[in-house]
Amino acid sequence: MSILVNKDTRVVVQGITGSAGLFHATQCREYGTKVVGGVTPGKGGTEVEGFHVFNTALDAVKETKANTSLIFVPAPFAADAIVEAVDAGINLVVCITEGIPTLDMIKVKRYMEGKKARLIGPNCPGAMTPGEAKVGIMPGYIHLPGRIGVISRSGTLTYEAVWQLTNLGIGQSTCVGIGGDPVVGSTFIDVLKLFEKDNETDAVVLIGEIGGSAEEEAAEYIKKKFSKPVVAFIAGSTAPKGKRMGHAGAIISGSSGSAKDKIMALERAGIKVTPSPAEIGEAVKEVLS
Amino acid sequence: MNIHEYQAKELLAKYVPAGKVAFTPEEAYQIAQDLRCTKLVVKAQIHAGGRGKGGGIKLANSPDEVRRIASEMLGMRLVTHQTGAEGKIVRKVLIEEASDIERELYLGVVIDRSTERIVLMASPEGGVEIEEIARTKPKKILKEYVDPALGLLPFQCRKIAYFLGLNGKTANKAVNLISGLYQAFVDNDCSLAEINPLVVTREGDVLALDVKLNFDDNALFRHPEIEKLRDPEEEDPTELEAKKWGLSYVKLNGNIGCLVNGAGLAMATMDIIKYYGSEPANFLDVGGGASTEQVTQAFKMILRDQNVKAVFVNIFGGIMKCDTIATGIITAAKEVGIKVPIVVRLEGTNVELGRKMLAESGLNITTGADMREAAAKAVAAAGGKLS
Repeated sequence: MSILVNKDTRVVVQGITGSAGLFHATQCREYGTKVVGGVTPGKGGTEVEGFHVFNTALDAVKETKANTSLIFVPAPFAADAIVEAVDAGINLVVCITEGIPTLDMIKVKRYMEGKKARLIGPNCPGAMTPGEAKVGIMPGYIHLPGRIGVISRSGTLTYEAVWQLTNLGIGQSTCVGIGGDPVVGSTFIDVLKLFEKDNETDAVVLIGEIGGSAEEEAAEYIKKKFSKPVVAFIAGSTAPKGKRMGHAGAIISGSSGSAKDKIMALERAGIKVTPSPAEIGEAVKEVLS
Repeated sequence: MNIHEYQAKELLAKYVPAGKVAFTPEEAYQIAQDLRCTKLVVKAQIHAGGRGKGGGIKLANSPDEVRRIASEMLGMRLVTHQTGAEGKIVRKVLIEEASDIERELYLGVVIDRSTERIVLMASPEGGVEIEEIARTKPKKILKEYVDPALGLLPFQCRKIAYFLGLNGKTANKAVNLISGLYQAFVDNDCSLAEINPLVVTREGDVLALDVKLNFDDNALFRHPEIEKLRDPEEEDPTELEAKKWGLSYVKLNGNIGCLVNGAGLAMATMDIIKYYGSEPANFLDVGGGASTEQVTQAFKMILRDQNVKAVFVNIFGGIMKCDTIATGIITAAKEVGIKVPIVVRLEGTNVELGRKMLAESGLNITTGADMREAAAKAVAAAGGKLS
């Protein structure tokens, strides 16, 4: 079954005529994802690399029956693009764009309240169900179809974890990068809820990092309501206070957001937290046996 | 992004004591004369809190005294609990009319990540850090969450003013100040706006005695006027340079330089160095792409740090071809003339070719098959575990 993306996913790429948009649209299509078109205002009616381009998300949805949008629109215009996709009736919006102002995202989240559409990201690698659909910028070949769910705030660190699993012969049901910004479309808890209901996911790898309290909240949720085993890694144990570590959301402010607190909260919830990022795969193997 | 108190006060001009910034003792004297008041205060302008205790805030009774204090303060190395032991050089001072303070309050605006809302925090216990109040007297903090669709509403401002124990005209003045601070937060894409202390004077005025504003780096593109307020002297020169090249760099105190693509993996790389018994010298994210030019610049920055005994390059290329990355590393290493050992972990397409190229480069480069092996090799190359 998997979550979020599968064989029925029909992707429209917003910002398809930009270099990143076009490159990754092509990569997704090569993996076997149904990329049914793209959107670039002003370039409607044209075609790039065999993709039909539309002026608006609504035109694209009407013509292609797209149910998913993948966004590469530059940061100043990305919040607008997310709302446009939701307004056009898209169910799943995956926003790759990095650098969207936080206040823009706060408005987007308010707009999405009560709507059935779901947002993944921004500032994320996307979502991927191995063997079925790749909706994002992750390398397809590192994945293996299987029964482990992966949720992460990071990009390349997610690839690292997935690669460790694949090398041990442990496949993944769906891998979701929720993004490294302070305000993201879907939280750990949102995605955990989906994995809980998915009967093709046996266990979950959760990769968190310093900043905010999303991991602490996830720990609380897992303790109370999540029935499957969880293995976690928290990046940033060696990060100094008050410094933004690359991601806009990865900052220890005052006394909150430290890796130590997050690890303690997860362990208190009975979750196995690996101290080394090189042992995520082995920890999963242990939990499964 | 961070700015000085005097700059923040210029943005909140209506609600702050009269005053101006001075770069020389003479300027300070002139400003004090122009203010025409008997009680003055001289405040060191650095990007750090705790200035009062460190001797960075002093009262004066005449323009002459202002000049004397300013001449002592300008150029001094001010050490506070936020500057670290090395302190910060004072290059400008703010001269203000001293307020006749009756009460000190706290008012702050931040983004609450859990509720995804702007939240206003107020406390009648001003003058100390909000985290201190939260720990010792949590009931003395009121939080008002703002619906993004409505903005801050007048009743919320009144609620805060009454919670702060204000009434009559003073409460009305506070309401204006509270909505003014919120508006400044939204208009300028702040990530933090804090008035601490917010003072009530004996005349019943409400004044922002100290103001701190931080800005969302992601939103600076629409605020060129804020970007202009950046004080390069307050920022780490290497971190500033990194930004120019699209790199993200943070200096640390260890001896293993790190060059990684992606922020999460970069943090994990630091962590694994520590796990194997050593300490990272820096955080460095070259971004998803890791172009030759970026890798060259990254090497230069890492090697400027005299503590670095080895460099750990950890690149999960993914879609990128490893031979391209290897070329980048070799070109950069040759150009920079690296003396310390380099341990490279590469992953991605054409990984075998990439490793072969590194091995045959004639440079002091070792490769690791995976993150674990590479980390252990890097620690060994830097002289082993630190005790």
